[in-house]
Amino acid sequence: MTARVEDQVEIDVAATAAAARKQGLLSRVAKNQSVAIGAVIVALMMLIGLAAPLLGTVDPKAINPVVRNVKPGIERNVMQASGEMAPRKFWMGTDSLGRDIYSRVLYGARVSLIVGIAVAVISIAIGLTIGLVSGYIRWLDGIVMRFMDGMMAIPAILLAIGLVSLWGAGLVTVIFAIVVPEIPRVVRLVRSVVLSIREEPYVEAAISVGTSTPLILIRHILPNTLAPLIVQGTFICASAMLVEAILSFLGIGIPPDVPTWGNIMAEGRSYFRIHPHMIMFPGLFLAVTVLAVNILGDGLRDSLDPRLGKRI
Amino acid sequence: MRAVLELRNLAIALPRGGDRRHAVESVNLKVDPGEIVCLVGESGSGKSVIAQAVMGLLPPALKVTAGEILLDGEDLRLVDEARLRDLRCTRMSMIFQEPMTALNPVMTCGDQIDEVLRTHTRLDAPTRKQKIVAMLERVRMPDPERLYASYPHQLSGGQRQRIMIAMALILEPALLIADEPTTALDVTTQAQILELIRDLQRERGMGVLFITHDFGVVSEIADRVAVLRLGDLVEMGPTEGLLRRPTHPYSRMLIASVPSMVPKHRDRDAAAQIVLRTEKLSKIYGGGSFFQKARPVHAADNVEIEIRRGEALGIVGESGSGKSTVARCIARLIDPTGGKVFLGPDEVGTLASRLLRKHRRRIQIVFQDPYRSLNPRRTVGDSVIEGPMNYGLGREAALARARDLFNLVRLDVNSLDRYPHQFSGGQRQRICIARALAMEPELLIADEAVSALDVSVQAQVLNLLDDIREKLKLAMLFITHDLRVAAQVCETIAVMQKGKVVEYGPVAQVFSNPAHAYTRELLAAAPGKGWDFGHFEAA
Repeated sequence: MTARVEDQVEIDVAATAAAARKQGLLSRVAKNQSVAIGAVIVALMMLIGLAAPLLGTVDPKAINPVVRNVKPGIERNVMQASGEMAPRKFWMGTDSLGRDIYSRVLYGARVSLIVGIAVAVISIAIGLTIGLVSGYIRWLDGIVMRFMDGMMAIPAILLAIGLVSLWGAGLVTVIFAIVVPEIPRVVRLVRSVVLSIREEPYVEAAISVGTSTPLILIRHILPNTLAPLIVQGTFICASAMLVEAILSFLGIGIPPDVPTWGNIMAEGRSYFRIHPHMIMFPGLFLAVTVLAVNILGDGLRDSLDPRLGKRI
Repeated sequence: MRAVLELRNLAIALPRGGDRRHAVESVNLKVDPGEIVCLVGESGSGKSVIAQAVMGLLPPALKVTAGEILLDGEDLRLVDEARLRDLRCTRMSMIFQEPMTALNPVMTCGDQIDEVLRTHTRLDAPTRKQKIVAMLERVRMPDPERLYASYPHQLSGGQRQRIMIAMALILEPALLIADEPTTALDVTTQAQILELIRDLQRERGMGVLFITHDFGVVSEIADRVAVLRLGDLVEMGPTEGLLRRPTHPYSRMLIASVPSMVPKHRDRDAAAQIVLRTEKLSKIYGGGSFFQKARPVHAADNVEIEIRRGEALGIVGESGSGKSTVARCIARLIDPTGGKVFLGPDEVGTLASRLLRKHRRRIQIVFQDPYRSLNPRRTVGDSVIEGPMNYGLGREAALARARDLFNLVRLDVNSLDRYPHQFSGGQRQRICIARALAMEPELLIADEAVSALDVSVQAQVLNLLDDIREKLKLAMLFITHDLRVAAQVCETIAVMQKGKVVEYGPVAQVFSNPAHAYTRELLAAAPGKGWDFGHFEAA
């Protein structure tokens, strides 16, 4: 009986300590400054993209040759839909076709974020499935990984050029072209985690109580791969936004009339010396967003894996 | 005579949110020249923290808050980092538990020792080399010239620990701190290293602070013993007296928990049904592949064992002897390359995995590491009911069975919805036992199941296993490297060496009258074999 009482005390002590620790994880994520800064900026960009029509913008595709190459902050008279002339201030100037850069940059946030998030989600979903299977089922591993090595050798830009000539330029083509080379990286990460988890005694215990292989993968192995994947996802998201901008800049991404940060910069590049604002504003938005996503990823890594955080 | 090391009222604070405020508090301890003081305690008692504080190696989160650390009268709390660097290796040295990770894998052993001399002396290269080779000879390394140029991975664990000792002692420090230096070593190697430390200490008259959790080791090496409990030094005295007449209840409990080397007498039922029998069970690793030449390793070589209902068979042996391989082959966590495993009348060793599934529940296994045998993201209740539910039991019925089992293993039934990190190591091991029993197995394999536990917890778990075996008439296969544990748990014992069973028989007979040379060697190397711990004399 005394043993019982001691056990009870022991459990209570352990439970309070554990509760403190668990709360510690959540508050650690929330308290981490990098996470906070990154998340706030990314959320702001999302809000800008979503609320673009409400933020004093005009049609980003509307061409107005009267107000070509206006410098930022200049006020000009513009014909309204009603036919009247009214003064309008061009906060970020206009491009060589007289389109309002402020509106284009704000609408451009949509494409960048959609591409970034879609690429991250799709490549993780596919990579996770392949990685789990390849890491756990030994005889499949060699075959799958050689195939992945082959995929890794495909450069995103070359693939995009090929796909554009096949399917034509468009959002889906761009996302597909960026996802394909990203998958093997996710597979490698997941596989390495699975390889170490599958040797854990609790997985062996599950085998010996007769749990089937798919259940072992889902119940015991999958949850342990999520933390590194969330972190990897942010980095994929950031790099996908950059690649999209590069592709659009090269003219093999989103069609030029759709405003994306890469497209705006591509059009501005011939006037860069006289009108640097055409490249500066979209470039600034792109740089800040990518930086914010990277900071968020860094912070998540530190707070999800405290050991790593201390070492770096 | 001035003490080499003196701790006065030492207190080291734990960071906030720890389980107690101080890692250690008001510790007073003295190590004189020419004596070995053993610091004994269970995990979390703060013994390593003391060593780190002396060496100035405390993690930044821990701070010395009070007291003095006097090395030859010099208070180490008051000196700066540069002075500490000077003192390390010249006045005080430390050897660590893991000889595998304490040496740099990309430097030769000679270079690593040379680094110490280059940092602290102005000797020229030939003199340094001469000194190192002489030191390697002193730690009884064969062929020191060759070892000077070898890399750590080319040496065995014992040899690496000798290199560590050579490195620590080359500048003849007055104080050696040894933090569990033999815990990671096999028992025969441990005996040699203990003897070496003892000899070098006598030869040089240095003071040694020896940290261990093992009373066997204490009885072999210590002049004086200090018992640490949750940061409090509860008792201190000469070895002989403390082991025979401990006064503090905690030290009494600790010493009494050490299993005896005298086998416990058990009645055997010779007519009991045979649960497990293996026939020429073999496992060969390294069969070679397309690119590699086959270099076969016989991890298990024609092993033939037999366990009856209600009986426990112990397999003992050093690391690499193949004892775990045998257990894992029997549980079919790995596939044997030859031979047969009979579970009652059924042969399961060569069964295809599809057919094996219905036999899986009949053999259950409890692993060594209680911290890794439960999925940290599932509640312990889910872990326990997973198996029965795999075999078609409903959730409610499985939970009811889990509650019964928690009662049986003496855990609170209301803690089923907690997560593994909310339990201590011993409790987790009981949960693992409950998980195994939930399958209603015929054979329970305990693969070093108590090796990672503190001695007092180990005693509780061993008692529990004993009770369960009595109640359920289970057959048990007990894998251990610890002869003391085997003596207390098993009826029969199999001694394994290099994949082969070299001796097999009733435990009392093997212990009292070992037939094989290797068994004799193992028994002779068991630390504290002459002591019967726990039979105290009146104070």
